Amino acid sequence: MSGAPEPVFNEPWHAQVFALTVHLHEAGHFDWPDWARRFGATLERHGLHKDLDGGDDYFTAWIETLEALLAGLDLAQADQVAAVKADWEAAYLGTPHGEPVTLAGYSSTSSTSD
Amino acid sequence: MPEIAFKCAPVDKSGIAALDKSRAAPHSRVMPHDDPDHPHTLLPPDPALRVKALETILTRKGLVDPAALDAIIDTYEHKIGPRNGAHVVAKAWSDAGFRAALLEDATAAVSDLGYFGRQGEHIVAAENTPEVHNMVVCTLCSCYPWPLLGVPPGWYKSDAYRARAVRAPRAVLAEFGVTLPEETAVRVWDSTAEVRYLVIPRRPAGTEGWSETALMDLVTRDSMIGTGLALAPEQTAS
Repeated sequence: MSGAPEPVFNEPWHAQVFALTVHLHEAGHFDWPDWARRFGATLERHGLHKDLDGGDDYFTAWIETLEALLAGLDLAQADQVAAVKADWEAAYLGTPHGEPVTLAGYSSTSSTSD
Repeated sequence: MPEIAFKCAPVDKSGIAALDKSRAAPHSRVMPHDDPDHPHTLLPPDPALRVKALETILTRKGLVDPAALDAIIDTYEHKIGPRNGAHVVAKAWSDAGFRAALLEDATAAVSDLGYFGRQGEHIVAAENTPEVHNMVVCTLCSCYPWPLLGVPPGWYKSDAYRARAVRAPRAVLAEFGVTLPEETAVRVWDSTAEVRYLVIPRRPAGTEGWSETALMDLVTRDSMIGTGLALAPEQTAS
């Protein structure tokens, strides 16, 4: 626990989920005290099982909170998220190394909740 | 339909293929691809894919602009950080009028310097004195004065700090290398989504007449959370 220099975000996905949440808040989809209450509740639930170290486990709790919040707001339902995640997995596995991974040509109507 | 692309980090393809071929067959199964001549891109970790899925869905709905996300990340990685808070502290040390305004209404005083909270939160300045040392925690999650200090460090978000800062502040301070005189009380401030705290550390001795810019170099991130003290002049000699 020292003040040595460290990166702002240890993983790209930490930065992505942080930015996504800040962006959605600024667009007015939820207020920050509501977010903090939900996030605090998730951290507390996760912390019952082990001591959270403030790294990956912190942002894993962050994603879980955001997923639940967006499902509750009907902005992204769980089955939709699972379907698009599977598409990304397929895109990664089907893309030669070193090339950009894309979801070009993907039809959003393939998810079940449209 | 907008094309959504994520570039993966460049990897030495030939190196991986050569390594794969050089290994005995039983080992090749641990390689992340089936065909060493046409390796596919490594699959990101599960949470990264969940975030991508959310971003993709929201982008398709027109609710998220990927460029705006990049701008937010760039801002927090490169533009907002403890230098902002150090500016506020150094100004408070060298400008009595600003110090009074800061202690009276920190939100207004720092916004006069161009620092605004993105979540509409209030900022409160807690000034250290010989009698009281202030220390900040968020027991709920990780509320933190983002506009002044940037994104909190990992330890600030850990259960170890969040639980123990309130229960055993002197023990936590000792782990950070801070030992206070017996007569100095420790006051722990619990941040919320609505109120974030900035500790104003004590001005180090031997800095009389220093410029604001020179003083800024003495103000560490931890000294503004209260888990450190401002540096003494001899600690910054490079």
